[in-house]
Amino acid sequence: MHRRTLLTLKTLTWLACLTPLLWLLWGAFTNDLGPDPTHTITFATGRTTLRLIMLTLAITPLRRLWPKLSWLIKFRRLLGLFAFFYASLHMLTWVALYNGFSPASMAADIVKRRFVTAGMTAYLLLVPLAATSTNWAIRKMGGKRWNRLHKLIYVTAVCAIIHYWWGVKPGVLTPIGMTAILTLLFLARPALAWKQKRKARAVTV
Amino acid sequence: MLIGKPPDIPSSEFTPKRAYEAFINRRRFLRGAAATGAVALGADRIASVFDPHARVLADTTKLQTVSSPLTTTGEQLTSLEDITHYNNYYEFGVNKGDPAKNAHALPTLPWSVKIEGKVAKPLTFDIDSLLKLRPLEDRVYRHRCVEAWSLVVPWIGYSLSELIKECQPLSSAKFVQFLSYYNRGVEGAWAYQTDIAWPYSEGLRMDEAMNPLAMLTFGLYGQTLPNQDGAPVRVVLPWKYGFKSAKSIVKIRFVEKMPHTTWNDEAPNEYGFYSNVNPNVDHPRWSQKTERRIGLPFYEQRRTTLMFNGYGDQVAYLYKGMDLRKNF
Repeated sequence: MHRRTLLTLKTLTWLACLTPLLWLLWGAFTNDLGPDPTHTITFATGRTTLRLIMLTLAITPLRRLWPKLSWLIKFRRLLGLFAFFYASLHMLTWVALYNGFSPASMAADIVKRRFVTAGMTAYLLLVPLAATSTNWAIRKMGGKRWNRLHKLIYVTAVCAIIHYWWGVKPGVLTPIGMTAILTLLFLARPALAWKQKRKARAVTV
Repeated sequence: MLIGKPPDIPSSEFTPKRAYEAFINRRRFLRGAAATGAVALGADRIASVFDPHARVLADTTKLQTVSSPLTTTGEQLTSLEDITHYNNYYEFGVNKGDPAKNAHALPTLPWSVKIEGKVAKPLTFDIDSLLKLRPLEDRVYRHRCVEAWSLVVPWIGYSLSELIKECQPLSSAKFVQFLSYYNRGVEGAWAYQTDIAWPYSEGLRMDEAMNPLAMLTFGLYGQTLPNQDGAPVRVVLPWKYGFKSAKSIVKIRFVEKMPHTTWNDEAPNEYGFYSNVNPNVDHPRWSQKTERRIGLPFYEQRRTTLMFNGYGDQVAYLYKGMDLRKNF
C-alpha cells in the first residue's frame, strides 16, 4: 500500500474513532444529551468500547479470509488503543458521575454488583494490553510472549459482553446483537484455521 | 452524603412555567388554525411533523382541574418533552425513546375498566364515567424509578380510594391487582424484545390502595395522558418505584391473596412486591442511595434519594413493624 493511501486511511480512522467523543462533547456543550445525560454518556462510551473491541477482533479473520486485506493489521493497534480510551472514559463516568469520586462507594459497587465486577475485570485486563502496545514493548517481550499476553483481549471481550447482559434488566434482550457478532468472531478463528489446514493438506498431497 | 444535591429546591426555582405557557399557546394557535379550516388537511397533523411538542399532545384534550392539598411543593417540574420522551413502557419497546415513537398504536377510545373479584359491585366503567366520578385534581408528585432516575410530574386525577369506595370491596379483599392493556396484534412486535409474560400486572395491599396519595391518573400538564405515559388511565404511587404505577389499566381485581406482579416474576431478587422507595436497600445491580434527576446537565443530576421518596409522613404507618429489608 502506498504511504499516501495509508496516511489518508489512518486519518479517516482517527476521525471515525473520535466521532463518538466529539458527539458527546458537542451534546454536553449545547446541553443536548437527552433527558438523562449521565446515562447517555455511560451508554455511548460503553457501546463505543465494545464496537472497537469487535473491530480489533475482526481484523485477523478478515485477513485470513482475504489475504489482499492483510494491510488491515496496520490499523489494529489504533483501534485497540481507542477501545482502551473509550473504556477509560466509561470508567471515568462511573467514578465521577455514579460514585462522586468516593472510594468507599466505588469499593462497595465492585464488591456488591457483579455487573460492575465484570466491567472492572474487562477494563483491568485492557490495561496491560495498552501498556505493551508500543513497538519497543513488542521487541522487548518477543513476538511469542507478546502474542500470548494479548490473547487477554478474548477474556476482556467476554467480560465486557457479560457486563452488558448483567447491566440490563433481566428479560431484556438488547445485548443479543453484540453477542451474536462476538460469537461469530470467536467461531471464525477455529473455522478459518481448519480451512487453512485442509487447504495446506490438499497442496501437499 | 458525599454526593448529590439536597432534594428540595427553593420555590423561587419553581416550574419552567413560561415554557409551558408558550407551549399551550402554540397548541391553541394550532387548534385555531385547524378550526378556521385554513388548512383543510388538518393543521395539527402537518404541524406535528415539524413540532414534536404538538405531536406529543396531538391526541390529547385539555382537562378541567381543581387544586389539591396533596400536591408536592418546592420542586422544579420536569419538562413535558422529557416526561413524554423518557418512558419505560416495555409493551412499546425497551428503549426510553421507543414508547414516544410507538405508543400511538394504543387504541384509547373506546376504553373501559372492568372491576372484578371480591367486590359488592363488579362494575365496568367507561373512561368518561371515570373522568366524571370525582373532580380532577392537580397533583405534583416526585416520580422515582427503580433504575435510579427521577422526575417531577404535574399529574391530574383523584385518589384511587374514591373509585374503590364506589366498588364496595368485600372484607375478604386484601389486595388489589391492576392489569394493563395488552393485545398481541397491537404491541406484539415491540413487546417481544423481552420475555415478559404480558399483560403487565401490578398490585397493592388494600390499605396501600386506600391511602389518599395513591392516585387514579388521567392526565398531566393540563391535558389527558399522552399514550406513552399510560393513557387513558393509570395509577400513580409516588412513594413506590415507578414500575408499581401500572399504565393503561383495563382491569382492577380485588383479591384475597397477593397477586403476581410482572417485574417480581422476572427477577424476584431485584423487584419486590412492595418496592417502596428506600435508599437503605440497594438494588442488586446499583445503589439506591442517590438518583439522577432527568432533564438537568450531567453535573447537576445526582441527588439524594429520600425514604418513601419523601412521602414518609403520609405512608410510613402502612409499614410499621415490617422489616423493609425483607419486604423490599
